[in-house]
Amino acid sequence: MEIKVYGSGCANCKKLLDNVERACRELSFNAKVDYVTDTMEIVNAGLMRTPGLMMNGKIVAYGRVPNVEEIKKLIEANQ
Amino acid sequence: MIKEVFRWLNDQLLKMVWLEDGVNWFFKDVIGMDAESLLYKGITFFFYDVIKIFILLSVLIFLASYLQSFFTPEKTRRILRRFKGVWANIIGALLGTVTPFCSCSSIPIFIGFTKAGLPIGVTFSFLISSPLVDLASVLLLASIFNWQIALAYVVVGLVIAVVGGTMISVFKMERYVEEFVTAKSEGEAIDLTSIEETKMSRKDRLRYSWDQVKEIIHKVWLYVLIGVGIGAIIHGFIPQVWIESILGANNPFSVILATLVGIPMYADIFGTLPIAEALVLKGVGIGTVLAFMMAVTALSLPSIIMIKKVVKTRLLVMFVGIVIVGIIVMGYLFNAFGYFLI
Repeated sequence: MEIKVYGSGCANCKKLLDNVERACRELSFNAKVDYVTDTMEIVNAGLMRTPGLMMNGKIVAYGRVPNVEEIKKLIEANQ
Repeated sequence: MIKEVFRWLNDQLLKMVWLEDGVNWFFKDVIGMDAESLLYKGITFFFYDVIKIFILLSVLIFLASYLQSFFTPEKTRRILRRFKGVWANIIGALLGTVTPFCSCSSIPIFIGFTKAGLPIGVTFSFLISSPLVDLASVLLLASIFNWQIALAYVVVGLVIAVVGGTMISVFKMERYVEEFVTAKSEGEAIDLTSIEETKMSRKDRLRYSWDQVKEIIHKVWLYVLIGVGIGAIIHGFIPQVWIESILGANNPFSVILATLVGIPMYADIFGTLPIAEALVLKGVGIGTVLAFMMAVTALSLPSIIMIKKVVKTRLLVMFVGIVIVGIIVMGYLFNAFGYFLI
């Protein structure tokens, strides 16, 4: 699965990245986690607010920081 | 009768007269300070103001965040597409006051609004009103001064946002937006409706509001302490004569001075309120004080740097110029007519 975290460097965006990496570790899940900070890439993904979380090409959360538990559920739902 | 109840509510909940009395009593009767001394006045002001602001901050941010959880930039964009002309600017400015977003989202919002076809002027009305008129700080303003002033502040902020945005459209400043903002993106065109609007349950909203309280207090507590500290020093230690000569009614340049001093400052509005309160008590005009507060919040170096990335210098200069002139004009108007409001 390909996971992308869209952020611009503010504290919330980094927190989302941390939570995603932790969720993957706890599930022993081998996913490629990309951290995208380029403004145009963020906009082209259709996002107006960061952070954004994309799994397999679909935006599953944006504008907030889901906690580790919720991210684990999202991973399982989007396998 | 209604007026009495309203005044009592105002005194207890917003001015927190009970807190002021409590702090005064503590330092006078328990600690034993001299009630006439400057030290007493400064310290009681400090403790009363810090505690009052943090209580108000928590409650107001919670309530404002709950209300604002119904507004998102995505929903705002959808609503704004339906309006034309000045109405779009007005609605844009109104929505700017209630749509929360972190400042790192300013660029994506600017690009997102523009790609959806919203006129640049409307986007600017939104972006000008957003930092200028903030729900929680307007309520805090009402607590420190009164409702009439808070309402007038909102109206003036909105007018500056609407006029500013309209001027930008009238002068056809779209030509000064960086090309990449309006260029067609590679590959497919973005489907603007593809991002589902996240639905929030009441529990989600309560959790969001509580998170906002924690996050904002974490961000601004130092500014509040510093602001109250400066306010306390002004309140207790700086002679009225000094302040009046520089910022008082006799100096015709007080508004311009207050504005220019405020612009390069980067502080949260909650930190400027106690300073404003102390200055007004020392005889500074309400317009001068509001101009200072607006200058601090409307323009900040980080936001200007970010806007510089998406628009060319000429448009940036016009944007900054409009906001500065608007604030200065507003300051003089409030000084001239402010006594009707107090």
